Amino acid sequence: MEHGFVIAHAWLIPALPLVSFALVGLFIRPLSARWAGIVATSSIGLAAALAYTLAWEYWTLFPAGQHAESLVPWSMEWLRYKEGLVVNIGVLVDPISIVLMVVVTTVSGLVHLYSIGYMHGETGYGRYFTYLNLFTFSMLGLVVAPNIVQMYVCWELVGVSSFLLIGFYYDRPSAVAASKKAFIVTRFADLGFMVGVLVLGYWGYGLFETVAPALATEPGALPLQPFDFRYLNSPEFLAAFGSIPAFFGLSLLSVAMLLVYTGAAGKSAMFPLHIWLPDAMEGPTPVSALIHAATMVVAGVYLTARLFPAFAASEDALLAVAYIGGFTSLFAAVIALTQDDIKRVLAFSTLSQLGYMMMALGVSQMAESLGYTASMFHLFTHAFFKALLFLGAGAVIHAVHTNDIWQMGGLARKMPITHLTFLVATLAISGIWPFAGFFSKDEILAAALHGHFTVLFYVALFVAGLTAFYMFRIYFVTFWGAHRAHGAEHAHEAPLVMTLPLMILGVLSAVAGFVPFGQYVHMGEHVEHGGIDFAVALPATLAALAGIGLSAFFYATASERAAKAARFFGRAYRVVKQKFYVDELYLFVTKQIIFHLIARPIAWFDRHVVDGGVNLSGWSIRTLGSESSRLQTGQVQTYGLWFAGGSVVLLFLIWAVHV
Amino acid sequence: MGLVSWLIAVPFLTMLGVVATPANRSHWIRWISAVGCGIQLALTALLTWRYWIVASADFEAMNTATLTQLHFVERVPWFESLGIQYFVGVDGISVAMVILTSIIIFTGVLASWYVDIRTKEFFSLLLLLVTGVFGVFLSFDLFLFFMFYELAVLPMYLLIGVWGTGPKEYSAMKLTLMLLAGSAFVLVGFFALYHASGLHTFDLQQLAQADYPRALQRWVFPMIFVGFGVIGALYPLHTWSPDGHSSAPTAVSMLHAGVLMKLGGYGALRIAVYLLPEGAKMWGLFFMALATINILYGSFGAIMQRDLKYFTAYSSVSHCGFVLFGVAALNIMAFKGAVLQMFSHGIMTGLFFGLIGMVYGRTHTRIIPEMGGLGKVMPWLATSFYIAGLASLGLPGLSGFVAETHVFLGGFFGNEWASPWATGTLTLIATMSIVVTAVYVLRGLALVFQGPITNEHFEHLDDAKLPERLSTGLLLATLFFVGLMPWFFIQLTESSLMPLLNRLHEVPVVASLH
Repeated sequence: MEHGFVIAHAWLIPALPLVSFALVGLFIRPLSARWAGIVATSSIGLAAALAYTLAWEYWTLFPAGQHAESLVPWSMEWLRYKEGLVVNIGVLVDPISIVLMVVVTTVSGLVHLYSIGYMHGETGYGRYFTYLNLFTFSMLGLVVAPNIVQMYVCWELVGVSSFLLIGFYYDRPSAVAASKKAFIVTRFADLGFMVGVLVLGYWGYGLFETVAPALATEPGALPLQPFDFRYLNSPEFLAAFGSIPAFFGLSLLSVAMLLVYTGAAGKSAMFPLHIWLPDAMEGPTPVSALIHAATMVVAGVYLTARLFPAFAASEDALLAVAYIGGFTSLFAAVIALTQDDIKRVLAFSTLSQLGYMMMALGVSQMAESLGYTASMFHLFTHAFFKALLFLGAGAVIHAVHTNDIWQMGGLARKMPITHLTFLVATLAISGIWPFAGFFSKDEILAAALHGHFTVLFYVALFVAGLTAFYMFRIYFVTFWGAHRAHGAEHAHEAPLVMTLPLMILGVLSAVAGFVPFGQYVHMGEHVEHGGIDFAVALPATLAALAGIGLSAFFYATASERAAKAARFFGRAYRVVKQKFYVDELYLFVTKQIIFHLIARPIAWFDRHVVDGGVNLSGWSIRTLGSESSRLQTGQVQTYGLWFAGGSVVLLFLIWAVHV
Repeated sequence: MGLVSWLIAVPFLTMLGVVATPANRSHWIRWISAVGCGIQLALTALLTWRYWIVASADFEAMNTATLTQLHFVERVPWFESLGIQYFVGVDGISVAMVILTSIIIFTGVLASWYVDIRTKEFFSLLLLLVTGVFGVFLSFDLFLFFMFYELAVLPMYLLIGVWGTGPKEYSAMKLTLMLLAGSAFVLVGFFALYHASGLHTFDLQQLAQADYPRALQRWVFPMIFVGFGVIGALYPLHTWSPDGHSSAPTAVSMLHAGVLMKLGGYGALRIAVYLLPEGAKMWGLFFMALATINILYGSFGAIMQRDLKYFTAYSSVSHCGFVLFGVAALNIMAFKGAVLQMFSHGIMTGLFFGLIGMVYGRTHTRIIPEMGGLGKVMPWLATSFYIAGLASLGLPGLSGFVAETHVFLGGFFGNEWASPWATGTLTLIATMSIVVTAVYVLRGLALVFQGPITNEHFEHLDDAKLPERLSTGLLLATLFFVGLMPWFFIQLTESSLMPLLNRLHEVPVVASLH
């Protein structure tokens, strides 16, 4: 098949940030920080333009509402483990990878642009853009991965760029601690992913001979490999693999998918692996917008969607995805009600929305894949409004020099553009028509309802109300009322380089919901017809309006009502405010158990027992030597005595043996 | 004299050059060493290129061969009555190891640029040591091999005892005695093979064609494996390593952890597994289990260390465990992983010890809690340290990932002579190290380089100088090269590893003879 130019050269999209990363990191950064920002930003801009053209070419080739093939226009052999177990790196072009490419390049480009203003005058300005480029490359590499190993490789690379950016202010101990925590917690989750890859590799390789010949090879592509998603997702492989039992009544397929899901849950910060994300807010705010809200944290959702047929073949794994997602969305939303740091509220809100996306995947099935579409749709809209919320928060923090919402207040007049765009995003996340969040959230709720997950439906509905409440809480406290602190009085609007991205994202957050998403992204031949489902939209909108109303009651005007409510809940309020003490639990496990019960005894054992054994053998030989050296007295009489005694003993022995 | 002999001769001649230079001309001595090692590096490049051309033809043929194909062979009879000969040559594994050694000694000389106590003796011993190392990797006569092996081990005693720090006499003595005990085991094993083969030769290729009864293999294999295991830091015989590394001067630590510890894995693979396949099948699982302990034990041990060198030494114990794990897992992925890990760990740990030396030269302390915030004043060193650390925790794009995934896949695929449940479980236990490694690497590096500067004297320290940048830069580039373009080393070594594997699958004909 003849592809258009951009489809054939889709590798350029991840390659541009990579080239720019190398150029900026090695050559431009030492020469001119200013140019580092410009080059880094324009490379992403170019990649974004290519991504849009790619989308246009692709959907010209496979018009909306029709079957869409996945293409691998470029691939090469990278790592040959053994004959028949080869990792190719390549570019996979299909609807969800295109959606992600568009999201990543758009948000990343805007964040780069915004950062030129936000990071102005900071030390490490060039380093910052180097890391941002590295992140964007890794994320795009992850998105286009045609096999699970490339996914894992880029997965680790986004992890390390996130680590570098969270710890960007490396002389600040809290940032250093947060970056370590993020890396180690996700690494722990990645252990599951890695073992999952081992299991899939082992059985994929074992079943390859019998299964793969049934799969048609694509013309011009490299031969199919056991790690390829196309193979892992094929019904033939899943049927063969799914019939192998493992333990506890789980099939081996379920075990493998649950392992892979552990990795996904770590990256997408599902409970109980969520603890790194709120701390990750130590990074510069644009980084939080890009990595910890819009793109990297959705990698877990993307991985689950990428392997959706495999998940769908395992009922147990899919149920876990649904309920962990649903629980996380509720858990995080409850915590968000009580936080005072504007970025932390947004972080918990991100957790909650990620829970939505995971839940949507969990409630859907191969035949009834509304949830799959809804999840990707929400990923798409959420990226815009959440990035906007973070960048807006960044503009506010930039102006008032604090993260604490109670130090802000009355900023609506001082920062009109920030205020207006923030309001748009708040309405979008609250799910108010016609803003973007309304449509995607509506679909998720509909998917839960139609999948007969009634409990999850009501949980999600309740979370929708909570979301509206806590989002309007920070909106009212930040932008309305009187200035509560000195910083807020002297705040002024951010420069154009920062407000322009806000305005663009504002427009996107307002209109992205009107994209007929189901026409473009669907599982197999099954096309979802968009449109508003009033059985869902009505209660959801009512829940949101109730949340807003309640929020206005407590926070729109300065009053004692909120404090009274907090006192009313007493201990429960404190537990929530302390984030249910999950961090303390982790700290206990790492400090008390791993450090004090494992590592310290091992270090002691090594020095005193193992090495002690070595020293003991040295000591005993020396002692033996020095003791026996006493025999050498120099007295002929003593030698004679020993000689005579020895002869007698020897003679006796000879006699004894012979008799 | 052929290319391979020159590779042994150049370091030796360089050493003679150093010996001939007056002791007070320390600058000349450095330059002679650097130029000699530079020539060695160039010769290595030539060897690699020529090997690639010559050997490409038999890459395919090796898939079914049971004898490894040597190139550039030189053979001269030596003690003919005993069947001892000067027999050198290369196959893919040797080439990989020679590349490693050349890089490490070159950067090691650069890293020792500022050694000013007994410079002449220092460099001549260093070069003598490395002559031995090259000899080991290039010789295919067991006697010659053993001679070079001892040549590589013994100068270490003086290098640590004279130029070391801390309890150096104790460490040097312990290291030397333990390694010599290991070589005693190896020597007994060699004599057993010499005797049992009945061929009256130490020629590795001929010995490989002899049939050794299973009963013999049952005790000779563990003997040779453990003997090499001592220098490869096999648990529980690793304890020379933390003390030895921490007392040794920078270049010696680099060479020792970077190259000498690889002699263990190399010998275990090249001699124990190659000559005694039946023994390998009998003992594979046992040594896999020991290596698994190595991997986890070393990484947990590293968490609690306060001295940067102890920290790296324990990390090496863990990483060398991957080498032995791969060797003992007995399949092609694991073998490749073992060789890749030898190379990768060699470069990585050379970089670590080199950097520790550079940092120590500035701060005059290696105690982790006494440092802090150094990244601000020495960004080059900090960045290099972080890259080495990320390589050691297996970050994709750097060499550690390629090696470790080979070893993990190899272990998980297992072999036909051990229970798949056992090999699978051991592999799963071993994979846990990727988390523990992340914990100690990030924790250690954060304490040294991040946070505010804790000591005001550190405010005015300088960053890496030109020779230092050159040596760290070369090592970093190698880490990236292996990580990004793994196919080069895979192609290079795989064809030479296939015969080892094929020997395991051969039907033993021994039973009929005895």
